Amino acid sequence: MAAPMSNVDEIRNRVILGEFGVRNVHTTDYPGNYPGYDDTWNFQKFKKNFRIDIVQMDENTMEFDMVGIDAAIANAFRRILLAEVPTMAVEKVFIYNNTSIIQDEILAHRLGLIPIKADPRLFEYRNAGDEEGTEIDTIQLQLKVKCTRNPRAPKDSSDPRELYLNHMVYSRDMKWVPIGNQADVFADASIGPVHGDILLAQLRPGQELDIVMHCVKGIGRDHAKFSPVATASYRLLPEITLLQPVEGEKAERLKRCFSPGVIELENRDGKQVAKVANSRLDTCSREVLRYDDLKNLVKLGRVRDHFIFSVESTGILPPDMLVSEAINVLLAKCQRFINELDSTDMD
Amino acid sequence: MAGAEVEKKPTLEMVQADGADEGCVTFVLHEEDHTLGNSLRYMIMKNPEVEFCGYSITHPSESKINFRIQTRGGLPATEALRRGLNELSDVSQHVLSTFQARVQEFKDQQDEPMD
Repeated sequence: MAAPMSNVDEIRNRVILGEFGVRNVHTTDYPGNYPGYDDTWNFQKFKKNFRIDIVQMDENTMEFDMVGIDAAIANAFRRILLAEVPTMAVEKVFIYNNTSIIQDEILAHRLGLIPIKADPRLFEYRNAGDEEGTEIDTIQLQLKVKCTRNPRAPKDSSDPRELYLNHMVYSRDMKWVPIGNQADVFADASIGPVHGDILLAQLRPGQELDIVMHCVKGIGRDHAKFSPVATASYRLLPEITLLQPVEGEKAERLKRCFSPGVIELENRDGKQVAKVANSRLDTCSREVLRYDDLKNLVKLGRVRDHFIFSVESTGILPPDMLVSEAINVLLAKCQRFINELDSTDMD
Repeated sequence: MAGAEVEKKPTLEMVQADGADEGCVTFVLHEEDHTLGNSLRYMIMKNPEVEFCGYSITHPSESKINFRIQTRGGLPATEALRRGLNELSDVSQHVLSTFQARVQEFKDQQDEPMD
């Protein structure tokens, strides 16, 4: 069990989950707030306490712990991941022919939401009012599908998959049309939709789609289709402390109040005694506080500066790259204003 | 003045009340929101010479924030802002290098058992 914490330290470092509400929510460790504490910013101290642990990572998702940083800054990273890391997405849709059942504007919207695999760092933003794209700011895609009857279909068939050809239009039918020198520059990048199996429309014989799309670089703040993540979130590390030994039936009930694996029972001198095995697994449901005989035996809290990040990419960039890019965006924001202060030197 | 603003989009403006000293300034940060506002406020409030720091979003459809700094002991507010930005930049740099080092370690570790 953790060493008991002083009252002040608890207010500073823990968020308390009480029966009727959450306490000590806000950051309070600013200079002058607590006598006897030096809360002045100290970069060396920050470096000493700060750490990151990667818990899990594959090509599309990752989970990592960021410890020793304030919520204001961790939240900035999260917000940037959602809304300010750029990607390429379909922005202009030129419909030359659409005789399908799905309306032009609905189809255009669907096309916009498809993640496009192309490294946004290799492209520039298109200038406002620029109608014609160039090779540095635009990716051109073409969707040209016509549905026909299948001449080789069995006579008695009623299955559209056998009766028709091209009656399902998938994202894989969007073909990249290189502009200018793009064919050479992106020869091995294979630009196109991340997922080939997104159904765009269904056709019947005689119906056709003839569409050209322009993808441009943009950020999620402008439109959610540019967001590079499916989700990016963090939660604080839960901390569960047993204030007294809990035995027997109570221990069994206590265990069932938490997510599986949080509380384990230990056999001590023939008695089942509860102990906290892994508080990280808890969902912080506070179920235990509904039992009058249990609620005073535990303390539920969360560690204020321990963030469990979870980042899920749409597949355009790997998640570790997205986090790096997000931090770079914050760096660029700071630099933008430092430059502005330096250049004008404010009269 | 309004015409000049439209021509070249300002990134940073300073607003001061008549007769106020240089320690009490409201900065207008254009094209910014809680992302920079809250993290910068945290860094600046960590400065013991700053008496007050806060920000507000003027209106949901305007992309700018009013960022207020009041200092103690004659420190110019621009200096407090500059220091906050530099410290936030240092923190981000440290987070970035730590993150990239850990990711590299993690990838190396994953490759090992396959050999």
